[in-house]
Amino acid sequence: MKEKSRRLLRNQLCFAALAVLLFAAVVANIWAGSAGISVGDVFKILFTGAYRGEAAHTIVWDIRMPRLTAAALLGGALGVSGYLIQTYFRNPIASPFVLGISSGAKMVLAFVVVIAVNFGGSMGGVSMVLASFAGSLLATGFVLLCAGRTKNMAVLLVVGIMIGYICSAVTDLIITFAKDEQIVNLTYWSMGSFSGKEWGDVAVIACFVLAAFLGTLLLVKPISAFRLGEGYAQSMGMNVRLFRVLLLLLSSLLSACVVAYAGPVSFVGIAVPHLTKRMFSSSKPSLILPGSFLLGAVFCLVCDLVARTVFAPTELAISTVTAVLGAPVVIAMLLSRRRGEV
Amino acid sequence: MSKLSAEGLSVGYGGKVLIGGISLSLNAGEVVTLIGRNGAGKSTILKSLTRQLQALGGRVYVDGADTKSLSDRQFAEKVSVVLTERLKTERMTCEEVVEAGRYPYTDFFGKLTPKDRDVVRESLQMVGAEPLAERSFSAISDGQRQRVLLARAICQQPQIMVLDEPTSYLDIRYKIEILGILRRLAAERKMLIVLSLHELDLAAKVSDKIVCVEGDRVCMAGAPEEVLCEEMIRALYGLQNGSYNALFGSVELEKPQGEARLFVLAGGGTGIPVFRALQRRGIPFSCGIFPENDVDFQVARVLAQKVFSVPAFSRVTEEAASRACEELSRAGKLYAACKTFGECNAECARLLSFAKERGIPEILTLSEV
Repeated sequence: MKEKSRRLLRNQLCFAALAVLLFAAVVANIWAGSAGISVGDVFKILFTGAYRGEAAHTIVWDIRMPRLTAAALLGGALGVSGYLIQTYFRNPIASPFVLGISSGAKMVLAFVVVIAVNFGGSMGGVSMVLASFAGSLLATGFVLLCAGRTKNMAVLLVVGIMIGYICSAVTDLIITFAKDEQIVNLTYWSMGSFSGKEWGDVAVIACFVLAAFLGTLLLVKPISAFRLGEGYAQSMGMNVRLFRVLLLLLSSLLSACVVAYAGPVSFVGIAVPHLTKRMFSSSKPSLILPGSFLLGAVFCLVCDLVARTVFAPTELAISTVTAVLGAPVVIAMLLSRRRGEV
Repeated sequence: MSKLSAEGLSVGYGGKVLIGGISLSLNAGEVVTLIGRNGAGKSTILKSLTRQLQALGGRVYVDGADTKSLSDRQFAEKVSVVLTERLKTERMTCEEVVEAGRYPYTDFFGKLTPKDRDVVRESLQMVGAEPLAERSFSAISDGQRQRVLLARAICQQPQIMVLDEPTSYLDIRYKIEILGILRRLAAERKMLIVLSLHELDLAAKVSDKIVCVEGDRVCMAGAPEEVLCEEMIRALYGLQNGSYNALFGSVELEKPQGEARLFVLAGGGTGIPVFRALQRRGIPFSCGIFPENDVDFQVARVLAQKVFSVPAFSRVTEEAASRACEELSRAGKLYAACKTFGECNAECARLLSFAKERGIPEILTLSEV
């Protein structure tokens, strides 16, 4: 029982720490930048409505707040979708990015955008998400097709990486033949960035991400049982086939959202769930799902902060930063695992 | 009414029937063991009984109900399993592994009620794994892991438990422990336990019923004393070299070939370790002289070139001793494993004096052969 209450305390402390980190990251993201707003002013603008009508107020509420909200939501989505894919494959280095799912989404989205612009139309947020959802399902389907033929996870990961390359190549091809004025945009987007988000975008992101996240919370019980593997899960009365379909749909939807609004973002999907499990020293989905969401948000806020401030006024692509911060985590994780487990 | 029965069940993979026409009828409170060679289809049968694999024909009844008519959850409330694949977990405590067994009983979010927690504790207690509760499942030994997995299967409160080779990877102490728990479950909770085993000696001791699986059919089912005879095992496993002793449940390796190079004077169990040592060195030997109820006779008859014996419970005769002396002079060496003689085998002492008279060397260690 003593052990139990210690665990409970640890969980509470972890969530409290995540909340504090999130708050700190939000404040830092509002404060940092070329406008030179002091921390005190940040709090005043946020909580008292001071400086209404002035530039600082506009910068905070119309530029930085929507951007950081988007980054936080998409970061959470990345963490959760990574965790879901890892649950599906029962492998800690699977993620939508590694398996080429993000690249599939990127390819279809680029294709649809170019077509839409050629016919003089433009793409709304919802249709962007749906197009990239279709793309991630396409790539996921292909990965599953291969998964049916090999049980070897290493082979499957290599297949995923190859799918990623093919999709990126096709995307480049599409960009090459796109009209000039779109190229700048598409190239920039295919590198990944949280910049230029408006409240309208945030609303769409919030709808999709929060709905999908709530969906995953409904799967807490089967995810928990699935930790014992397919055989035991099935023997305990679980509908494994349905569960797997739901898992992939939710995971694809979450990563599709990220791709539609920020382009493919690497490493967050692996690093965040791993760090969360370490932090809680558990793999219970009731802890790790919300934990991954929060930590993913913090992680992406920090990365975005780095991306736009380190070489200001030049902004870095978000994947540049997530790779630098996330890849070492993945390497450390692989090395600390016993041999032959991946 | 039988707890679990199969009628004309066909099992196999990918639509290809491996074993057909399986009919079984198993009762509550029984321990039933499947034996057979590697790849004979024991696992396939167990998986088909537990619906891990789709049956390719025939029917399976649990408690008289056709399993096809049961939902996944209803089935899980009646049948739990211990699988043979090693379970790899990531940051799970043993208690969490056991708690998972409550799956069919908990609500939509899997919340454990106080009653569920009691069952979890009881299950851990039953296998003696309470001290492991908070330990990480990946950090404990194979034997302890098997106990925890057994607790998980108990925690599911089934009427039937199916275990695929539950004793592989385990040392002798855990084997005995696990099988002991299974017997208790059968006796105290009237569970039907169905398992597969490779250890025939253990199968003979733990099972009420043995089912032999041979390639494409289930060839025999019955009490261990009916099924586990030497010829049956020889045929079932296709033994060519080596032998199986049904009385001891023990195995002897292949008999050394060639003319006997040594005569071992043995009896009363003194011979068995010597016979085995000679087998390991590949030295053919003859031995005697004992009544056929002597414990040495059981091993001698499969390892020795020639065994000199007399009918059970009878005295070693002068005539038998003379024949043994002939063999001794042919073999050319004597090893006396047994040196004390009683009323029944007093004649054996003649071999010692015979060897001395004829100058046949009596060796004291086997390395002299």
